[in-house]
Amino acid sequence: MTEVSVDFSPALRGTEQSAPLLQVEDLRVEFRTRVGVAKAINGVSFEVNSGETLAILGESGCGKSVTAQAIMGILDSPPGFITGGEIRYRGVDLLKRTDEERRLVRANKIAMIFQDALSALNPVFTVGFQLAELFRKHRGMSRADAKKRSIELLDLVKIPAARQRVNDFPHQFSGGMRQRVMIAMALALDPELLIADEPTTALDVTVQAQIMGLLGELQRERNMGLILITHDMGVVADVADRINVMYAGRIVEKAPVYDIYAKPSHPYTKALLESIPRVDLKGQQLNVIKGLPPNLTRIPAGCAFNPRCRYTQDVCKADPVPPLHQIQPGIASACHFWKEVRGE
Amino acid sequence: MSDINAATETVAGAPTTSTAPAPAKDSNTAPAKERNASLWSDAGRELVRNPAFMISLGYILLMVSMAIVPWLWTSRDPAICDIKQSKLPPFTGDHLLGTSVNGCDYWSHIVYGVRPSLLIALLATIGITFLGVTLGVLSGFFGGWVDAIVSRIADMIYSLPYLLGALVFLTVMRKSELMTRSQNSQVVVIAIVLVILGWVGVTRIMRGSVLAAKNLDFVHAAKALGATNSRIMFRHILPNAIAPVIVVATIALGSFIAAEATLTFLGAGLQAPAVSWGVMIAGHIQYFFEYPYLVLVPCGFLVGTVLSFILMGDALRDALDPKLR
Amino acid sequence: MSDVVLETRDLVKHFPLTRGILFKTKIGAVRAVDGINLQLHRGETLGVVGESGCGKSTLAKLLVGLEKPTSGSIVVRGQDTSKLSGEAIRRARRNIQLVMQDPYTSLNPRMTVGDIIGEPYEIHTDVAPKGDRRRRVQELLELVGLNPEHINRYPHQFSGGQRQRIGIARALALKPEIILCDEPVSALDISIQAQVMNLLDELQKEMGLSYIFIAHDLSVVRHIADRVAVMYLGKVVESGTDVQIYDQPTHPYTQALLSAVPVPDPTLRGHRDQIVLEGDVPSPANPPSGCRFRTRCWKVQDICATQEPLLQISAKSAHPSACHFAEVRDVVHATQ
Repeated sequence: MTEVSVDFSPALRGTEQSAPLLQVEDLRVEFRTRVGVAKAINGVSFEVNSGETLAILGESGCGKSVTAQAIMGILDSPPGFITGGEIRYRGVDLLKRTDEERRLVRANKIAMIFQDALSALNPVFTVGFQLAELFRKHRGMSRADAKKRSIELLDLVKIPAARQRVNDFPHQFSGGMRQRVMIAMALALDPELLIADEPTTALDVTVQAQIMGLLGELQRERNMGLILITHDMGVVADVADRINVMYAGRIVEKAPVYDIYAKPSHPYTKALLESIPRVDLKGQQLNVIKGLPPNLTRIPAGCAFNPRCRYTQDVCKADPVPPLHQIQPGIASACHFWKEVRGE
Repeated sequence: MSDINAATETVAGAPTTSTAPAPAKDSNTAPAKERNASLWSDAGRELVRNPAFMISLGYILLMVSMAIVPWLWTSRDPAICDIKQSKLPPFTGDHLLGTSVNGCDYWSHIVYGVRPSLLIALLATIGITFLGVTLGVLSGFFGGWVDAIVSRIADMIYSLPYLLGALVFLTVMRKSELMTRSQNSQVVVIAIVLVILGWVGVTRIMRGSVLAAKNLDFVHAAKALGATNSRIMFRHILPNAIAPVIVVATIALGSFIAAEATLTFLGAGLQAPAVSWGVMIAGHIQYFFEYPYLVLVPCGFLVGTVLSFILMGDALRDALDPKLR
Repeated sequence: MSDVVLETRDLVKHFPLTRGILFKTKIGAVRAVDGINLQLHRGETLGVVGESGCGKSTLAKLLVGLEKPTSGSIVVRGQDTSKLSGEAIRRARRNIQLVMQDPYTSLNPRMTVGDIIGEPYEIHTDVAPKGDRRRRVQELLELVGLNPEHINRYPHQFSGGQRQRIGIARALALKPEIILCDEPVSALDISIQAQVMNLLDELQKEMGLSYIFIAHDLSVVRHIADRVAVMYLGKVVESGTDVQIYDQPTHPYTQALLSAVPVPDPTLRGHRDQIVLEGDVPSPANPPSGCRFRTRCWKVQDICATQEPLLQISAKSAHPSACHFAEVRDVVHATQ
């Protein structure tokens, strides 16, 4: 690694290294559109620590990507607005700080990779230029040093012949290689937290295995926190430490990865696990979740999952929304009937 | 990213999804009355709620009524002029806007001046739409040499400066009997010239949207069912490709009105004794400093009309764009 | 199960690569589908799996007649469709219907659901008399689990899963024997996926349909398919029953593909026999000589570059496998 002469990474006032890496507290986001207000996130709380992988699992429209966008400050606004809650980096609420402070934290400490690498990279500049730009802007490196560093990074994400490929444009890379380039860009400024939003959804399974392997390796080496946003129960089982399951803008279950697959505590999680095609159930009907996810402009009263749930009783159909019941340390479920769901 | 799209999609996509039953066979909860929700009727509802569109539409309807039944708007005959009563100020006697340099009632000229302008714009727009849609569909759908020929001719016309081309054409035509016979034959000639120079834009737009529509999945689906070319064209491709043309045609109405006025002002368009806003502006520009209203009033009506068409076009574009809903 | 309803013989589709606009010169060809032999029996589901660029979408287009084969033939119930013309082709087409991947783009947004599902009747006018069509469309809607009263609605008023049901209803309208499903659930959420797969399953049992199920998701294919063909760069590299392919794969590519599928069971983490392939799929315009998989294979030897392995049964493979060194390796159940 090249010596960095000037430390450009800012020290944000008030941060404590002992505080959790990222804490989200009661986050609320809504989209104000012509046809009504869509409540995309309705009080989401979680935390991530260094070296830990938190998976946010859910189907389209559950608010998992919006959560990531809110953390990164890339929420499309309007129509999206953060209407409440806190996003704390090392104990400091980013939402209360100036735009400039927020920008610096997000540039240096939190990075994000997206599903579609082709549209996330600028098509008119070479990959090397885009990487070097980061070092020159944020680290004040010289042109030559920045280029050297870019090649090192492409090597790090295992792009073959990095020295030549650094001069290629994004469209000259294959899907998997492009995803590697994006990971390289995300890691360029040594972030403490990486948010990966469906990083392998657009890729083939054999390439997906390569990318997930690479992400896991880099995370361990650098002791990064990783938030993995996905709908794929298989990918989650392979890499996550803890899982938060989201439905209609809320977290409905939180649990360590082993517990959730062995003994889900929320009917939605349970139903999701049952709807995956399994070898031993071949030829039989899959268990389905009846109906559709709710329209976010008209989320049902009470538990949002009640119209589709097989445990529903009258208490589920009326407000208040069931709170996250603490079942064991680290395991919580937003269901009145978690005992029945767990079979206890 | 997919998540946010999906979120807004569920929001904006279907206002009636709550009444749509869960895909289970036991659904007996049919809504009492089916609401018509084609993209066109949705667009219609959208437009009715758009004040800019409604105001523009109102203005255009006023102009259209002047063009069709001018005698309801003025009792005077624009052809009866008294040179001794030249340039009377507004509100003199029963001259609402005073009189022109030739002593004609100015308001009646404004009213009767709408018809040729609108007629030229309408004919020219119908012409470019018909020609453009036909050629665009043919070259987009069949490609190959049809496309090559149409596109090259379009390129040639595009490289000809619009105004210069029209001036040349009309100046040549000016000596011919067609341009001197009657107001109506002048209108037709000008419209034809505008069509010859104006079809390229619509053709290109149509070709582009046909090319885009041609590769959509539902077109493949129809082909796989064994649908004929004409069925694919008229049922599947045209209805999905026509929206941008409607927008462009609306805006073209406005720009043709402006073009007619410009050509007339430059002396190549309508000729007096024909009555039009262009003729009025051209005839009074030399008196601008003494009698500015003689120029400003027809200019105002002209700008209002052109602007209305452009605003309507913009509103249509928003309403017909399915990505925004 | 012995009744063959569809067969392809040495099916080939090459897309010429040309240069120039007016005077086109051929500079090569993308060999999208390069000699494929498949058999589909009555009432069975044939799964076709492979990664992007393996030619499975081109295969689908060939089968439903959207593309013409460069060579080879498609035989439907004993009739070679490449030798048919005009009306006979249209009749043969009726027998194979298509369910597409994207429920958002596969339905014409300007047509009502009734018009969309009824379109097959308008194209093949002899199937149903005019007065009968509306009733038939409503029956189809009910069959796929939608409310028949919604016949006048437009596609955008339905969710993704419901739209896929509309697509299935359209495919069923002409009472075909064969339905070709091209990634029918990959655009849907997990919970909706299961609903659509159950529907396909029910319909098959009810109507005796044969499916060709093209997908990249191996667990979905495993659930629904009786037999599976694995494609790589335009060729079938291994085919067999679902048990043979999933439990006793003999081709290295199949093994790598299976081992790469994430398993929704965290207790297996780090214990699975995971083969991570190096590199990407080569371009089908310029495939490797000999065995096409050799550039990514860990078993590669000299013979692989010179001699193309045939898709055949060998001493170590009880089902057809196109590898010189075919050998069973159970990657799904193996734990370390």
